[in-house]
Amino acid sequence: MRTRGGVGESIPRPDGPDKVSGRFSFGSDLTAPGMLFGKTLRSPHAHALIRSIDVEKAAGMPGVKAVLTAADLPGERLYSLHQPPDQPVLAASGEEVRYAGEPVAIVAAEHPEQARAAVQAIAVDYEVLEPLLDPVEAIRRGSVLRELTIRSGEPDTPADVVVDGYYEVGQQDQAPLGPEAGLAIPTPHGGIDLWVATQALHVDLEQVEACLGMRAGAVRLHLGGVGGAFGAREDLSIQVHACLLALRTGRPVKMWYGREESFTGHVHRHPAWMWYSTGAGRDGRLVFVKATILLDGGAYASSSGAVVANAACFGAGPYRVPNALVWSGAARTNTVPNGAMRGFGAVQSCFAYEGQMDLLAARLGLDPIEIRLKNAIRPGDRLITGQAVTGAAPMAKLIDLCRELPEPPTPAHPLALPGGAGNVASAAEVVRGTGFAVGFKNIAYSEGSDDYATARVRLQRGADGEAFAQVKTAAAEVGQGLVTVCLQVARTELGVEAVEIERADTTVGNAGSSSASRQTWMTGGAVREAARLVAAEVLKRAGPPAQALAAGHVLDEEGAPLAPIALFLDEPIEREFEHHHRPTSGLDPAGQGDAHVSFMFVAHRATVDVDPEAGLARVAQVATAQDVGRAINPLQVHGQIEGGIAQGVGLATMEEIKLKDGLIRNASFTDYIIPTSLDMPEVAAVLVEEPEPDAPYGAKGVGEPPLISSPAAIAAALRAATGRRLNRVPVSPDELAGLTECRPGWLVRPGRSPAEAVQPAPQG
Amino acid sequence: MTQLRLTVNGAERESEAWPGESLLYFLRERLGLFGSKNACEQGECGSCSVFLDGELVCSCLVLAAAAEGAEIVTVEGLEDDPVAAAVREAMVAAGGVQCGFCTPGFVVAMTGLLRSNRHPSDLETREALSGNLCRCTGYVRIFEAVRQAGEALG
Repeated sequence: MRTRGGVGESIPRPDGPDKVSGRFSFGSDLTAPGMLFGKTLRSPHAHALIRSIDVEKAAGMPGVKAVLTAADLPGERLYSLHQPPDQPVLAASGEEVRYAGEPVAIVAAEHPEQARAAVQAIAVDYEVLEPLLDPVEAIRRGSVLRELTIRSGEPDTPADVVVDGYYEVGQQDQAPLGPEAGLAIPTPHGGIDLWVATQALHVDLEQVEACLGMRAGAVRLHLGGVGGAFGAREDLSIQVHACLLALRTGRPVKMWYGREESFTGHVHRHPAWMWYSTGAGRDGRLVFVKATILLDGGAYASSSGAVVANAACFGAGPYRVPNALVWSGAARTNTVPNGAMRGFGAVQSCFAYEGQMDLLAARLGLDPIEIRLKNAIRPGDRLITGQAVTGAAPMAKLIDLCRELPEPPTPAHPLALPGGAGNVASAAEVVRGTGFAVGFKNIAYSEGSDDYATARVRLQRGADGEAFAQVKTAAAEVGQGLVTVCLQVARTELGVEAVEIERADTTVGNAGSSSASRQTWMTGGAVREAARLVAAEVLKRAGPPAQALAAGHVLDEEGAPLAPIALFLDEPIEREFEHHHRPTSGLDPAGQGDAHVSFMFVAHRATVDVDPEAGLARVAQVATAQDVGRAINPLQVHGQIEGGIAQGVGLATMEEIKLKDGLIRNASFTDYIIPTSLDMPEVAAVLVEEPEPDAPYGAKGVGEPPLISSPAAIAAALRAATGRRLNRVPVSPDELAGLTECRPGWLVRPGRSPAEAVQPAPQG
Repeated sequence: MTQLRLTVNGAERESEAWPGESLLYFLRERLGLFGSKNACEQGECGSCSVFLDGELVCSCLVLAAAAEGAEIVTVEGLEDDPVAAAVREAMVAAGGVQCGFCTPGFVVAMTGLLRSNRHPSDLETREALSGNLCRCTGYVRIFEAVRQAGEALG
């Protein structure tokens, strides 16, 4: 007997029917009787001193029920994802605002337009200060969020050939379609219930409790439907503000950000400036990598510390690199804070180290794929942090499989040419280019974090007399399909097909965040272990010869059914399990340590069509081979791959937040362009399933790798088509056409701190 | 405040409204029809797609007051529509749904496409859906859902 819909099957999402019918409730769809609408006043200046805030006029406007400033804060005035907190809940009079978009006051009113009008009526007297916007200048002045150096081997070992390169990665927005949103409802006993679209209920809870000055238990968080995340929902947005307004007014308060506000209301991917020097022998084997990876952290720390570590740890690529010197750091500036986005530091350095591999190949007259194969990391090899790769590491296999995938036909229809519907490209001018790139990244939390997730599994007899199970976790379904994974795991372990995944809230233990490609491993693992405890109790109740559970039955050792599981459920069975991954360690002063629990590897090949005269490009295909350990749900894995590649196409060719004087100039989907159905390339994907020894069912995470090396592969393909350097993503039409070129604003010796940077001689 | 009467999903619906309210706001906050989504509220993403007298429009770009007298059909009003039913089934089966925020808008747009063209080519599908943004799926499985729904409809 076999349980249907278990681990390994491409079952449809359990929330799919509600989502296609419009019934599924997202954070911004919530409503409650007597509900007010909250709005935020934000600083228009990148750096200023607040001399005074006058809310009197705003407070007297029609429909306005509360106007709150920092003077009204009942608890901690600062919050952050990490200790120590550094970000004000609201900027206070007499203090500075440190980025354009920093919250200064909040309003609740009967109608959102009344709230908006009141926000505009708040009089803030700012003394505008000079913003610090250049991250090199910030590092030179000691304005640093985190810096670290990794040193391994003898980085000054001479090499037969040395290539130097400078690379930039633009600031990418996660652009989840669901806006930041939530609804706070005061409880009769002075507490608060908050429904919110977030990536991590307990991480939010801890910060909300502190900022509200409330004891544990007074605040409950519930997952509002989450319309995508990609890192944008790791930091707080509306959480504390909505609660403050609800507590002050005694009424439910709903807040959501419009698209423009969303751009300043969440952190973004760190833009990066990278100076690399890579040495190799004549045979193409790497001798050393020296790199300086500078990130703009923006005004507040957010996850900059962990992003800096990732950019550094993976900064030499998934290769055997005997000698390395990598400096990685984030500057504190007066730009909107940067933090988590899918790929989390690994994306930026991949663009640089893969550019270097192509330069090396060209210098040595080697094929770009051959030089990668020659250096590809193998199980047992050590990273530049000294950590040995103990699990699956099928890098060479991924390269081989990816290169073998069929290439796309040349475009036959004008709509498929670069430029698409508004096409001005001429088919005769279009040049095809192909590029290859590989990447890798950690799974789950690193550097000694006690990373865990909790699950509660209950098995009982339903009204229909059949066994059915309920799975409760606080893990955030953000779109990635965690509910499907939990369902499949519970079915597999319990032998019961009727499984309900309950909506997440904080009445069950912490599950950590839906980030770092960790939830299949962490929460999936917690559900598996809790379900196994429940299954053991069923078998105990059934007594020998019961051996296993499947398809609703208790089975004997031959797999023959003995009795329905429901027969042993006079009393429901409930078990909870807290699943920790094996401990990791921090990085020592030389950047050495077993800081990561496991790694995911990926290879991408991009095919592009370019009209170099017009500066137009179209990505025709991205082929990929990805190391997934085990695909719990192959359909969903392919969905993650395709969606991640779409974001990679965006980063490589169109997506960038444009800042001027620290202000975002393109905070809309009119001006911040993300790929549409016409931009999306064909995707050819192959999954490599080599089970990871420590992971539940051998499954690695799958969310981030599609975005790690796809931008680098696309950039390489554009270089192949145009012969230009294209050392910056997103590649602009002007760069494609050769009208402009990205040059470093500062000269930095690769591996050294930008504190030693000098300005280049003016171009003659 | 003013009083508006709109024909939504075949029924007369009346509510007070702020004169500047968009049709999207009116549908959501006045009528409780939250299936039309508010991803950008500036006409770029298509998540608020509805039919206005049979035409596919972004309801965020239409003033509620200007929609008086028109026949408005939202995703909720497509419950018994055979084309939309095929689209919904195919979207779930093909894996065209992830976070789901863009999904109701896509269901409306895909229904519009398949009403006029049961078997669109890949490029026709891409063109027809280019006004709807999806950030999760990379569209690949949405294209597949169009194909599957078209096939199911014969």
